[in-house]
Amino acid sequence: MNKILEKEFITPEVFRMRVEAPEIARKRKAGQFIILRTCDEGERIPLTIADGNADGGWIELVVQIVGKTTKALSELEPDQGICDLVGPLGRPTHIELFGHVIIVGGGIGIAPSHPIAQAMKAAGNRVTSILGGRTKDLVIMEDKMAAASDAVVITTDDGSYGMKGLVTDAIQKMVDDGVKIDLVVAIGPPIMMKFVSLLTMKYEIPTLVSLNTIMVDGTGMCGACRVTVGDETKFVCVDGPEFDGHKVDFDEMMKRQRMYEAEEKESMDRYLK
Amino acid sequence: MQIPPQLMPEQDARERIHNVDEVPQGYTEELAKTEAIRCLQCKKAPCVAACPVEIDIPGFIKAIVDGDYRSSINILKETNILPAVCGRVCPQEEQCQRTCVVGKSRKSVEEAVQIGKLERFAADWEMEQGEAEVPEVKAATGKKVAIVGSGPAGLTVAADVRREGHDVTIFEALHKPGGVLIYGIPEFRLPKSIVMREVENLQKMGVEVKYNMVIGKIFSIEELLEEEGYDAVFVGTGAGLPLFMRIPGENLNGVYSANEYLTRANLMQAYSFPETDTPIARAKNVAVFGGGNVAMDSARTALRLGSENVYLVYRRSRTEMPARVEEVEHAEEEGVKFHLLQNPVRLLGDDNGWVKGVECIKMELGEPDDSGRRRPIPIKDSEFVIDVDICIVAIGNASNPLVPDTTPAIETNRWGNIIADEETLKTSMKGVFAGGDIVLGAATVILAMGHGRKAAMAINEYLESGAW
Repeated sequence: MNKILEKEFITPEVFRMRVEAPEIARKRKAGQFIILRTCDEGERIPLTIADGNADGGWIELVVQIVGKTTKALSELEPDQGICDLVGPLGRPTHIELFGHVIIVGGGIGIAPSHPIAQAMKAAGNRVTSILGGRTKDLVIMEDKMAAASDAVVITTDDGSYGMKGLVTDAIQKMVDDGVKIDLVVAIGPPIMMKFVSLLTMKYEIPTLVSLNTIMVDGTGMCGACRVTVGDETKFVCVDGPEFDGHKVDFDEMMKRQRMYEAEEKESMDRYLK
Repeated sequence: MQIPPQLMPEQDARERIHNVDEVPQGYTEELAKTEAIRCLQCKKAPCVAACPVEIDIPGFIKAIVDGDYRSSINILKETNILPAVCGRVCPQEEQCQRTCVVGKSRKSVEEAVQIGKLERFAADWEMEQGEAEVPEVKAATGKKVAIVGSGPAGLTVAADVRREGHDVTIFEALHKPGGVLIYGIPEFRLPKSIVMREVENLQKMGVEVKYNMVIGKIFSIEELLEEEGYDAVFVGTGAGLPLFMRIPGENLNGVYSANEYLTRANLMQAYSFPETDTPIARAKNVAVFGGGNVAMDSARTALRLGSENVYLVYRRSRTEMPARVEEVEHAEEEGVKFHLLQNPVRLLGDDNGWVKGVECIKMELGEPDDSGRRRPIPIKDSEFVIDVDICIVAIGNASNPLVPDTTPAIETNRWGNIIADEETLKTSMKGVFAGGDIVLGAATVILAMGHGRKAAMAINEYLESGAW
């Protein structure tokens, strides 16, 4: 049982939760994730770690309500506990001095990109973060990302904040302006990561994407999270979660993410009743 | 007059596919005694030598004859901490019962004394008495042992090391103990309450179990030894990455590894969805690929999840199937349709990315291969399609990379399995022992326990002498 220390809604559908997890806080590195269960009958869902503090003994998760488990999690209050929390899982982001690193965070994907921006900056990289959302309210953690970056570019689909357009438009503009980009790290909805990867492939810019697939055990035992990368099948939980965006079969991955659409809806409807 | 082997009453096949209750229902006292009398009480009992944990088989059977069931279970527990488990899932017909003099004299292993069923009887008798007797633990030695994984190997090591007075902590990656006994073997073959009870007994002995701890991630093996103060570590992380067939279509929706399918059904209790939260695909037509116990477990689970047609596709013939005869028979009685001498060549999908069919090719048997089994050879132009909505790939596992990846000091073989000494289970890293599937590849519960026993002896000796 891991105690909840803080909870705050960032938007009606997105909340930040600080959880007591001293060992994970000490060990976690940028890019890693946890798996949790909210109750004894609960499912295991993976969530990327958004922040953490070894001295304080806590980690932070930023979660979007998409189904029953995230809904139930959102209803837990400080001093209540999360039934099971396991981590850190997955391989950490490969951090080194690349030069100019563009961190692309889309919607809820901004949260897990934050520790990567921090680590890239700490390694001496110039970090430009592109934060994208459908509308102004969905662009989260701007202050934190600004603190971890040399520059921040905001895009919104509706133009309510920053540049009107998609994150790919912002990357395209940089390319057009002759900005040298050594690495792109993109985290967000699969469709965003797909189009970022397609764009950067055109310009031969190395691109990492962080995948959030369906998982069960998270330790390489079940294979629920498998994706096609190049001509190989990889397991996101132990081989990832980060892969070369130019090699990931996003279309297959998106289909696999929808495997339990009907059951997820049934479970949510039942919960809300 | 010769007494025939006593059959164990079973749930009717038509009934049992609609529930997850255990299939064989156990011996009555009368059946157990009748069976026990069949044992010749051989002086030089070959069955004992054929048992990976060397149970005093004539001894525990004699106690059943005498009606002294307490002694019987105590004799079993001297060398086997999980008799209720082993009585159910051990392949006795390949071990103790294969060497039984009664069976030999009648030229049939099926005529052997039903050692496994008697073992189960004694263990079940103890459970009916209520609380089990907690084995004695010697005075504290101040030494600490970390066990990675709470499967059959880890549980065995825990018991045997704890008995000597050492502190024992088990690190389990999942939220429940038991490893494959919980996530893999279905309820109808091994009720989970039995495993939970055995783990509780270990806890009563003072063994600590820490859940949600993935060693290799939260602590490395080196950290356990150098920073967390453990004097020895046993690595029993079990099977790893499920193998797939490397044929087109394997990442379609509806295609599962047996590990995933069984983990959802067993560990996550997806058979109770939506009362529980973990979903599992349910559909009319299911194909299972493979011929081992895990394939049988998957096929029988699919029936219990309501599938009408469950096809078991295996590339060799029935004789070569690695599954226990009992499991094959149970599957057949329940209506699993065997597609023997057939091999999947590709999986076909619909527009939404769901599997809708499997193209198979027919096979014939050629010369024996390295495994001694006749090699299956495809018959040209014999391809055909079976309509399916779910496929379950049950062709085995590769090794789990989490511990070796983070502990280069532990040598592995070319398949990624940890190399351990056959007698002591010592690895190439001082203070670290390993056993079970992480060493053997996919093997059995009892072989893992056999490893556990040997490793525990070596650990106790190492902690006593300090000599590596």
